Amino acid sequence: MLAGAGALLGVSAVLAACGDDDDTSPTSASVGGTTPTPGTAGTTTGGGGGGTATGTLTLGSNYSDAVPAAALAAMIAGFPNKNVDVKVNTVDHNTFQENITNYLQQPDDVITWFAGYRLQYFAAQGVLGDISDVWGGLTGFSEGFKAASTGEDNKQYLVPLYNYPWAVHYRPSFFEEKGYAVPSTLDELMGLADQMMTDDVTPFSLGNDGKWPAMGTFDILNMRINGYQFHVDLMAGDGDWTSDEVKAVFAAFGDLLPFHQSGPNGRTWQEAATAMKSGETGMMLLGTFVSEQFADSLDDLDFFPFPAINDEYGTDSIDAPIDGFMMAAAPKNEEAAKELLAYLGTGEAAIAFLTENPGSVAASTEADTSGYTALQEKSAELISSTANIAQFLDRDTNPEFASNVMGDALADFLADPGSIDSILDDVEARKQAIFE
Amino acid sequence: MSDRSELQERGATTVGATTTFDRRGERRRFSQLTRGDKSVLWLIVGIPTLIHLVFVWIPAIATVVLSFTDWDGLSPVSQIGLVGFQNYWEIFTVFRSDVVSAGINNGFLVVFLFVGPTAFGVLLAYLLDKNLRGGRIYQSIYYLPVVLSLAVVGFIWKSVMYSPSQGVISTVLGRTGSGEQIDWLGDQTHAFGFGDYGISKNFLAILVAMAWRHVGYIMVLYLAGLKSVDPSLREASAIDGCNEWQAFRRVVFPAMKPINVVVGVITVIEALRAFDIVFALKSPRGMDLLSILVTDNLIGEGGGNVGRGSGYGVILLLLCLGFIIWYLANNIRQERRS
Repeated sequence: MLAGAGALLGVSAVLAACGDDDDTSPTSASVGGTTPTPGTAGTTTGGGGGGTATGTLTLGSNYSDAVPAAALAAMIAGFPNKNVDVKVNTVDHNTFQENITNYLQQPDDVITWFAGYRLQYFAAQGVLGDISDVWGGLTGFSEGFKAASTGEDNKQYLVPLYNYPWAVHYRPSFFEEKGYAVPSTLDELMGLADQMMTDDVTPFSLGNDGKWPAMGTFDILNMRINGYQFHVDLMAGDGDWTSDEVKAVFAAFGDLLPFHQSGPNGRTWQEAATAMKSGETGMMLLGTFVSEQFADSLDDLDFFPFPAINDEYGTDSIDAPIDGFMMAAAPKNEEAAKELLAYLGTGEAAIAFLTENPGSVAASTEADTSGYTALQEKSAELISSTANIAQFLDRDTNPEFASNVMGDALADFLADPGSIDSILDDVEARKQAIFE
Repeated sequence: MSDRSELQERGATTVGATTTFDRRGERRRFSQLTRGDKSVLWLIVGIPTLIHLVFVWIPAIATVVLSFTDWDGLSPVSQIGLVGFQNYWEIFTVFRSDVVSAGINNGFLVVFLFVGPTAFGVLLAYLLDKNLRGGRIYQSIYYLPVVLSLAVVGFIWKSVMYSPSQGVISTVLGRTGSGEQIDWLGDQTHAFGFGDYGISKNFLAILVAMAWRHVGYIMVLYLAGLKSVDPSLREASAIDGCNEWQAFRRVVFPAMKPINVVVGVITVIEALRAFDIVFALKSPRGMDLLSILVTDNLIGEGGGNVGRGSGYGVILLLLCLGFIIWYLANNIRQERRS
């Protein structure tokens, strides 16, 4: 009977132990020098090339899907210092995220992670390595990317690799066939939704399995209605979740809900994307990684930014989360880790990755974008033309608040929009308990 | 420790007393146990005790201690601060709806597992014990779910069985069209409720998956027990004119008393610590369970609240202990009466 109680704490011990095992786990694969070097890699700039480090370096990766995993392997293969044997330990994406707190107590040398609050949170706990000196050699990043990679102590902890915008996706061939026009105002969007309803097409795909995709809808409505700064304050725990501003966001969300697929909480975003692919639904708000589901018909996928709601803010903000690499606080091979990070911060590295996995756009301005797909070009254009780039609800706020409170609250809202007032009362009370 | 050495001494005394001829005492000198025997005894008792302490009691006590702290799971142990009952206060005020729904689901699961899968597992075991042709094959099939890995189980129920658009169940029911899909694992509305709380529809759906695992587990346990029942008992009851049900109810079931207790305890524990399938489905709303609350706070990405997570853990521990003590006490009392 006490085994149960033992397991409570045992869990953390076991998970921590997993970190140890990674070196010998079957998923561990040495990719150093085993894959042909793509493109121009090898003539690296920015301090990545001609390194002096030797030995073995471990890289903990959450790129567990086949396409991103292959892209990572191709990028690592381009690391010019062949004296360093880079071992990639791939962990299932969700598992990686679920176990991150324990994993960081015995991490690999270099680790895949996200920019923003989610990075700063761990940086503040002292479990990440300061890589400000690596940043000294990096030349391809805008101030925005640097800020998103910087901890509260003004040191850098992340080398960005790529980011991707959240936008409303659709299939041009389907719009053409039905005679739909891409909406540029909210009225046009609502008119289009009405039109689709009469055509027996569900306007919006929505799959909220995992309790995060609906955060994207909340974010964009919040930034459209209340502006970027309100989003930042709200995420920092300073805003009031029971305020009229937040209620206005949920009112707008509630108005849009009847135009979404019903029963979203049990549907994966992949299934929702499939529904759009088959013409069951017309549009889908998601990150451009939705293109993974359209690998065989990339030409027939396009997007438009969510239209303005409040003239004061227009379309001046979007979610465009940044993914990148961080270093452990005490890496076993620090010299090699920093050399690899310097390489990962080059345009060549980003392009080596994005050639294999074209769902995102390079973070580095030095990346050679001539090989971009139409969708990538459009993504890059949208990001560079938008004044405020947010990371995403679960990356801009306290992780506990995001995953244990907001994920549940949004699922509850989708199940019963009428109970939003009591849901928000709960959110506010829990926010205060967590942020105190 | 002192308790145990006392017991040990008493053990030695008894042994000594039966063999000694010396009435002046000094029993130890005449103990049949040599020094070597004693050290072997110490090892045999000591090692399991040590393992038990290290892996069960120390973590359990540490959980209780941590539930009074504000540890984030990352900062050095020296910085852990005591916060008194604050975690419990939060659990029962701010987070009350979570812990109450989880408690209701766990409680419902106890009843459900007894009435459904445990009873069915016993029935299967009883049937398979009759040496049916291909019995081994059935046995393997029913047991298979118990040995499948978490990832496989999650995939089977999420994508193969319950997917609204492509799943087996929706396809068989013909409800895969866009307007008529059933959100099996996402529909958190109450199938039956009381006030603000109730049993969600998706929880009912996942009960099927839990039953699927539990039946095989109980079946194997019970089958092992049935093999040890003296066949002559059944022959005798058949000669006395018992029908199948009477033979089971009056002869086999009482003879299985020890196994029955084990099966009962296991069912309660499985219900209270139910975790894996819901976790594999990324813990949808409506399927709240105490163990999920524990992990969400301890290790999830939203981890970093070891204090509150441990608080949930202590609640779970007390529930388990309470249930098991009540159950065992009841059983022992019945045993005495009969």
